[in-house]
Amino acid sequence: MTLDLPLIWAGILAIAVLMYVLLDGFDLGIGILFPFAGSPAERDVMMDTVAPVWDGNETWLVLGGGGLFAAFPLAYAAVMPALYIPILLMLLALILRGVAFEFRLRARKRGKAFWTAAFTAGSLTASIAQGLVLGGFIQGVTLKDGAFAGGPFDWLTPYTLLVAAGLVAGYALLGATWLVWRTEHELHGRARLWAWISAAAVAALLAAVSLATLFVHVRIAARWGYENGAFDLGKLAPLLPIPALGLGGLAILAAGLMRRAHFLPFLGAGLVFLSGYLGLAVSFFPNMVPYDMTFRQAANPDNTLALLLVGAGSLLPAILGYSGWVYWIFRGKVRAGAGYH
Amino acid sequence: MELDALLLSRLQFAFTIAFHIIFPSFTIGLASYLAVLEGLWLASRNEAFKVLYLFWIKIFAISFGMGVVSGVVLSYQLGTNWSVYSRIASPVIGPLLAFEVLAAFFLEASFLGVMLFGWKKVGPKLHFAASALVAFGTLVSAFWIISANSWMQHPTGFTQLADGTLRATSWMQVIFSPTFPARLTHMVLAAYLTTSLVVGAASAWRLLKDPDEDESRVALKMAIGMLAIVAPLQLFVGDISGKQVLHVQPAKLAAIEAFWETRTEQPFHVVAWPDRKAEGNRWEISVPKLGSWITAGRADAEIKGLKAFAPKDRPPVFIVFWAFRVMVGMGAAMIGLGAWGAWLYWRNGGPHNSRPFLWACVAMGPAGFMAVIAGWVVAEVGRQPYVIYGVLRTADAVSPVRAAEVSVSLVAFMAIYAVVFSVGALYILRLIAAGPNAGSAETAGPRPPGYALAAAPHDLED
Repeated sequence: MTLDLPLIWAGILAIAVLMYVLLDGFDLGIGILFPFAGSPAERDVMMDTVAPVWDGNETWLVLGGGGLFAAFPLAYAAVMPALYIPILLMLLALILRGVAFEFRLRARKRGKAFWTAAFTAGSLTASIAQGLVLGGFIQGVTLKDGAFAGGPFDWLTPYTLLVAAGLVAGYALLGATWLVWRTEHELHGRARLWAWISAAAVAALLAAVSLATLFVHVRIAARWGYENGAFDLGKLAPLLPIPALGLGGLAILAAGLMRRAHFLPFLGAGLVFLSGYLGLAVSFFPNMVPYDMTFRQAANPDNTLALLLVGAGSLLPAILGYSGWVYWIFRGKVRAGAGYH
Repeated sequence: MELDALLLSRLQFAFTIAFHIIFPSFTIGLASYLAVLEGLWLASRNEAFKVLYLFWIKIFAISFGMGVVSGVVLSYQLGTNWSVYSRIASPVIGPLLAFEVLAAFFLEASFLGVMLFGWKKVGPKLHFAASALVAFGTLVSAFWIISANSWMQHPTGFTQLADGTLRATSWMQVIFSPTFPARLTHMVLAAYLTTSLVVGAASAWRLLKDPDEDESRVALKMAIGMLAIVAPLQLFVGDISGKQVLHVQPAKLAAIEAFWETRTEQPFHVVAWPDRKAEGNRWEISVPKLGSWITAGRADAEIKGLKAFAPKDRPPVFIVFWAFRVMVGMGAAMIGLGAWGAWLYWRNGGPHNSRPFLWACVAMGPAGFMAVIAGWVVAEVGRQPYVIYGVLRTADAVSPVRAAEVSVSLVAFMAIYAVVFSVGALYILRLIAAGPNAGSAETAGPRPPGYALAAAPHDLED
């Protein structure tokens, strides 16, 4: 039996990026919600809920970049220069918000105010930049002989801005539902309100992005059975479970919020993200750089992918195991002054 | 000189990676130091070790955070600025970098959370295990990144296809390329020295204020002990690494020593002003024959000079020559400081009585960072004009991006790193100035961290 190594690696990377979006999504969301906290003490609690895990969450982004480099270098070499500006914007923003975790603890008055603002600005900018990267990716990258051959601002269109707005709302939703789950008292109540607002924004923007994608990007529309103004149900029907999953997620989210459940809203928000992610995946597959490079064309030779698989096959289960254990250690409601450091 | 995308990308990479290496070279050593402190505390229940642990972990957290965020940048910059390099080299070097993420970064990031925030959540043994795993993770990270770099310095176990991309023919030869063991040892020892010097400087600073501070005495003794043993060892390891350069990168060696002519009995230039255009040294202060002896072990050894290489194949000699002298000068000063300290312990009952020595320790605090950066300048600038030695020229590796974009991103990096670095340094120096006992009153007592009533360590200012 021979393994289809490029396919396996496309799957591993897809999971790594999904892990990143879900995990760093909620801690970026907390940065986005930071200005709406009721008091400085609430802000400290919000940060404390993610302080022990944010670093591990962000490591999935490093795996996304490093894994793309290692397994699909042609895609990496084509996409990164195409999205040069939003990617570097994201990195710079992540620096500011990343150091804010420690710097806020060590700062005095003015410094603390500055790093609080930097945490918000960095989280928001990183989320917008990721939205622009995603939007630019959906739009497609101009390639010539496998290398980027477009302009430096190809990624900046009304469509990509819409996607960025959607992602910001989505991260805010993940952050708010995380706080519903992990905090109590006033902050918990406030987070419930944030969750309602961001859920409404997500539902509207997700619908808008989906429609815009169908109208703007003919190839994706065709994949979903929409051609020449009519839907082909034979193509659409097998894909319907994906939007159904999204609607189900929204329903769980709304029901959870109405029944004052603690964990359900976070689960619902996660399902909404999963549905959006799967929707994108089926829209592109087997393209890795839309719309001219498949994952097979982008892949490294089998001897490289095989070695990588030996490493990832033994290490990824361990990573999932001990990351889960760390989350377990820090389970439960986070209270003010939880005794950090 | 024209500021094109190539030069700007090189400046940006040099700037971001030089900024980044400051933190790992400190945190590799500090992670090991923290694990040792916690282990000693668990074994001896000597309160000084716990106070030191809780003190240095705050500094570790700040430095590690800066190291993480500046490191994320690098995994994307290979693509944004060096996409041709990525396409050509990834089939061989990709797994090495991916293994660093998989084997080290996740381990460090996850257990760092337990180390910093789990003091009251897990038992003392588990907490110690977390510290030890973070320390182990930093070493694994060094293993893979130095493996990748060593391969780029002296690539083995590969073949090049007609389209220019590379293929591994032997993974053992790729991962364990010939210069890797000496270079890994050299880097890890450099990290340990850097940490010893910072710990030594911080403790000496406190002892200058309060000569009776027990914790600072303990820490100074540990730092000096480390320095006295590791600094001479580093000279030995560095020499092995240097002799390998002579064989595998003769042009780099010629630049390090500013040799222009190929000859036996090369003189050793203590200082010189190498001039690329004139193909010679404008002036030099030299010791006859010593150059051949130092680089090859015999005075009658023939050593290649830079003129043996076409001008387009020569590394920038001035930078490499002087960076090497900064590194070696710092190393010599470290050996001196370690020996001085050891002598004071032996003769004087301890260096805390010698103010000149304590001041010397303070002055040498940044020496490790300077030596590490200078050493990496020697390694990386000395490899030029190649990015993969003998295989791919740096000029051919750059992305199809424009100078305008790269100049904006370079300026943005400089501005943000300047803020982050100065603030981080300020907070670290503030902690050091306040000393290990500041805010630790509530943690006094022999209770283990996992004990239900163990007090939370108190923060300094909030």
